[in-house]
This record gives sequence, C-alpha cells and structure tokens, in this order.
Amino acid sequence: MKIHEYQAKEILRQFGVATPQGKACFSVDEAVDAAKQLGGDVWAVKAQIYAGGRGKGGGVKVARSVDEVRQYASEILGMQLITHQTGPEGQVVRRLFIEQGVNIAREFYVGMVVDRSSQRVCLMASSEGGMEIEQVAADTPEKIHKVFIDPVIGLTQQEANEVASKIGIPEQGISEAITLLQALYQSFDDTDASLAEVNPLALTSDNHVIALDAKMNFDDNALFRHPEIVALRDLDEEDPVEIEASEHDLSYIPLDGNIGCLVNGAGLAMATMDIIKLYGGSPANFLDVGGGATAEKVTEAFKLMLRNPKLEAILVNIFGGIMKCDVIAEGVVMAAREVQLKVPLVVRLEGTNVQLGKQILADSGLTIISAENMADAAQKVVNATKGS
Amino acid sequence: MSILINKDSRVMTQGITGKTGQFHTRMCREYANGADCFVAGVNPRKPGENFEGIPIYATVKEAKQETGANVSVIYVPPPFAASAIDEAVEAELDLVICITEGIPVRDMIRTRYKMQGSKTRLIGPNCPGIITPDEIKIGIMPGYIHKKGRIGVVSRSGTLTYEAVAQLMAQGLGQSTCIGIGGDPVNGLKHLDVLKLFNEDEETDAVLMVGEIGGADEEECAQWVKDNMQKPVVGFIAGVTAPPGKRMGHAGAIISGGKGTAQEKLAVMEACGIKVTRNPAEMGELLQSAL
Repeated sequence: MKIHEYQAKEILRQFGVATPQGKACFSVDEAVDAAKQLGGDVWAVKAQIYAGGRGKGGGVKVARSVDEVRQYASEILGMQLITHQTGPEGQVVRRLFIEQGVNIAREFYVGMVVDRSSQRVCLMASSEGGMEIEQVAADTPEKIHKVFIDPVIGLTQQEANEVASKIGIPEQGISEAITLLQALYQSFDDTDASLAEVNPLALTSDNHVIALDAKMNFDDNALFRHPEIVALRDLDEEDPVEIEASEHDLSYIPLDGNIGCLVNGAGLAMATMDIIKLYGGSPANFLDVGGGATAEKVTEAFKLMLRNPKLEAILVNIFGGIMKCDVIAEGVVMAAREVQLKVPLVVRLEGTNVQLGKQILADSGLTIISAENMADAAQKVVNATKGS
Repeated sequence: MSILINKDSRVMTQGITGKTGQFHTRMCREYANGADCFVAGVNPRKPGENFEGIPIYATVKEAKQETGANVSVIYVPPPFAASAIDEAVEAELDLVICITEGIPVRDMIRTRYKMQGSKTRLIGPNCPGIITPDEIKIGIMPGYIHKKGRIGVVSRSGTLTYEAVAQLMAQGLGQSTCIGIGGDPVNGLKHLDVLKLFNEDEETDAVLMVGEIGGADEEECAQWVKDNMQKPVVGFIAGVTAPPGKRMGHAGAIISGGKGTAQEKLAVMEACGIKVTRNPAEMGELLQSAL
C-alpha cells in the first residue's frame, strides 16, 4: 500500500526523523492560510499524488511570496499531473502540501527496501541526492553504499555513522544524520514498510540534516496489524477497477490489450498472458481468481473484464486441483448468462473433474469455444479477435 | 531416493484443526503411503484430541518425541504462521513446509534470521508443497496428475507447476520429486538449493525449472548450473508480458527498478546453457528434447 508524502513525513516525524514544517491542503485558500501560518518567506508548493517524478512534471514549485503560493497552488491543484510513473493520462492533483522553504547546502539519497537475497532490510545511501536510485545504480554503482541490517540488533550507531561519512555528510552534520538513519529504520520496522525513501535528504546551510522528500510503501500482508496505516489510504489514487477486484478477493491488473484472461493461480495467469502475446494477441488484463473460486466470484471476474471497452474476447484457463473444473464450468455458464456475453469466449479446462466440466459447457447452449491445451486456447482466442 | 521426502518420512500437521488443515491432511493421507506417513497434528488448545485418528499434541516438540515425526506441514493463518515455523525449527525437524499465504515479510525476515545455522530446511511459505509421486504428497497439489519417474520439477507457483507436470505426463515422463518453493520474496529453499539436491539424487535424470518475474534467484541458480550441474536443466519464466512495478498475484512477483524481468532471467539462463522456452505450452516437449 502507498501513501502520500505528507503522510509519510508525519509517520517519520513520530519516529524522530527531522523534516521541514508543512501542512496538507485541499484548496487554494487553505494553501495560502498554511503559508501564512508556517511563516517565513519561501515555501514549497507540492502536488500530492502517489507517483514519483512530480518535480519534473511541474507539480512542485518554490514560492517566494504568499501571492506566489496562491498562484502556484491554483495552477497545481486540479491539474492533470503527468510524470514518468503516472502513464500518459496523468493523475489529477487533489491535495497539496505547503512546506517551509529550506536553505539547501547539499542533497543526498537514503532509502530502505527488503533485500531478497540477504533476506534483510537494506539501507542504501548515496551522495547523488535527487537522482533516481535506479539510475545511479546503473551509471555509478560505486556511489551507492549499502548496509544489510541485522533484524535483531537494528541499525547500529556505528553503521549509521559509517554510511553517513561515506556519502559525504560533513562532521558537523553526522550526529543528526545518525539519528535520522536510525529513526528511519525504526519507522520502517515498526510500520511493516516495504519501502522508505528520503530523496533528497538535505544538509542545510547551517548543517542540519532533514528529510526534504519522503516516500513510504507498506507490506499488504501486514496491514491487518496497522489500522493506523490503512486509515491513510487514498482511494482517489487507486484504479477503481483494482479496488473493486480486491473487494471480491480477486487479483486483477488492467493491461493495454484486447483479450481478457481469467485464470486460477498467479504463475499460470502470467503464463497465459505470455502465450497470448506469443501467438500474436495482446492480453487485456492479469486476473487470478485464486484457489477457492465460486460461481459468484467468476461472475464478478467477468464483470470486471467487461468494464474494459477494448475487450474483444475472453480466455478462461483453469487447471483444476482443489478447485474442480465442474464448479468453474458452472460459474462460467452462470456468468456468461448473467452478463449476456457478446464477445467470443474460449475455455480451456484441465485437471480435477475435467470431463464433467466440459460437459457442462457443451450442454449450456452457449457459444463457448472449447480448447484442448494452452497452445490451442491461445491460438483460438487470438483468431477470434482477428475475425477468423 | 527422490529428494527431501519419501515413504519413510513422518509428518505432522501444524494447524490440523482448521478447515484447510483438515481437508488437506485428509487428501494427503489418502495418497499413496499417506496413511503411514501422517502421524501427528499440533494445536496448543487441543492436546489429547485426535483428527480422524491422528493424535493431536500441544507442541511440535511433543509431537516429534511421541511419534518420531521429522517433517511438518503448516496451514496456520498468516498472523501466526511465522511463529509456527519457528517452533518447528526449534524442535529441530528435518523439513518444514509452509503452505500459508500472506505472512508479513517482517515476520519472515526474523524467522529466516533465527534459522541461520539450523539444520532444518524450509519450503515456502505461500507454496503448494512437495510430492514424491506414488510415495508421499505433502501439500495441496492434486496427487493423481503425477506419476513416479525420473524428472525433477521446481517452481515458484502452484497451478503452473501442475501445468508443467501435465505436460511431462503427456510426454510419458514421470517425476522423481516436484517442489513448489513459493511466491514470497523472503522464503526458504531457492531454485539453487533444490537444483543442488536434484544434482545429487540418483533417481533424477533431468530437471524442469519454472520461474517467474521478481528477484534474482533464477539468475543465481543458472550461474551455479553452468559450473556444477551434471544433468540437463530446462526452464520457463512466467511474466514476459508483466508490466513493471505491479505485483502479479504473488507477493514476490514484481519487477522493481527495472530488475527481475523475465527477459533478463531467460537471457541469463540461456547464457548459462539452460535450454529455455518462451512458450508455456512447450515445457514438456522441451524437457523431452533435452534427454
């Protein structure tokens, strides 16, 4: 799960990470009031959307007067912000963050992720603040310093000290940098984060170390023990179809193509998308109905796929294990009737009760194209979209 | 021989009284030598009771002492599953198979940390389990689709593994052991660990390795295969069409920062001498062609 920058900073502050003073706003007037309350003569006006790259997309401006705050706030609020992470359609800005300006002497990068091969949380730090870490990793990997954090001891003072020195934080800032890094790890661990990124981390002209930007993602599997994180969820930032899918316990991800696929199991679902592509088609979605699909769940899955105006055909690929093919077949028939399916439907069933399942499809009176195996299924569904 | 489990394995079920634990313990017991192999259940609140004749103990340690069980399979719900693994590791079982999906990563980091230096091996979590066909099945896979033979199968998913097995069967190829190592980012045995075991196993002639996007396990495994493997290995990687930054069902199936793509994995595997296919319908034929 993702949250906004201002929410991440609020969490980080609770753990002792220093940040500039700021206020979240939902209107231009609120933004102006916030600037007045914060005081000072420079403010950052920042679009709050989940996607990164806001600055380059014109979603972050530095205002040098209250009038400028008003001007930038009215420009940014409601704009369709396009960044490399939003896709070409962009994302509407509904929230702003007004922050006190900071005199920046230098910028750094610090971030934490779960490292799969060491099976620990990894602190990454670099002198290249403001750059994307992937880019630094590709161009100048020697500039990234890593610490694989012991889960029992946590990030030690010595480790934090070493990494802060390596990225070039001067002596006067080291003590604050250590505090910030240790607080960052504590917040990561305590909140079950999957990503915590401070980019840039700023050294101010008077040698303070503060988080200028912040990003946190959380482990979906751990949300059950973090109601305080769940409460921060902003549904406006999420794809409504994905939200609905998750309500029905379906794993659904929309793609660009025209062939919908309904599959049981994530691996087989990916393989089904791959084979559609391999046979010259283009998958419209990833959809895993999971191990315990019922007729109702299959119907919901059909409805989700049919929301897509580009949809031209559907491929159902089921390998029945615990989930029986006859149950799935009944679900498919019920769904096809309920939604009055107009697009061609190709069904491939294999596994437990496969004959029973095929019989149910054949007896349904519906125009269902039956396939013998994955290759046959892919070929048939691709042909169906090409009108042959 | 097979790897990790055989008809002499003695298995306890942690979470035997839950709906899933009950259903699958029953199915496993009905498979091949299952009636002899499944000897105990664990539930701290129901010691002294039994599940269809299988005695239930309060702790893993007690179940091991009383029945000689050396393997555990876990169906405990996600908030408690990592502790269940810890308990099995502390009792020094040989093998723990965790079927549970949805365990917090932080819990698994701590559990794996505690496992350092332990002799206990972990399969999963979030996996279908392991089967040595016609001997013993520990997990949720449909037993009847398998047949004893000499091909090893290792995969990160469930139904895609069944698909792979069905394709091997269509070629008349049985399996020595099939393992689903699970779709989570922090887990027990990796492709590499399983390949090492298959390499040593006299009853395995060749290995079908099925991977998916996310992480670099397949790449690490491929490097090892290049230098050490004495048997043919063929592979498929799911997710060539997966968009970056999106979790494809499995918690670990995500391309992040441009890393962990299927294309990259396939390229490394090919460079290491592993025959790969980009067509998931051709896994069986590919393996046949490598024999």
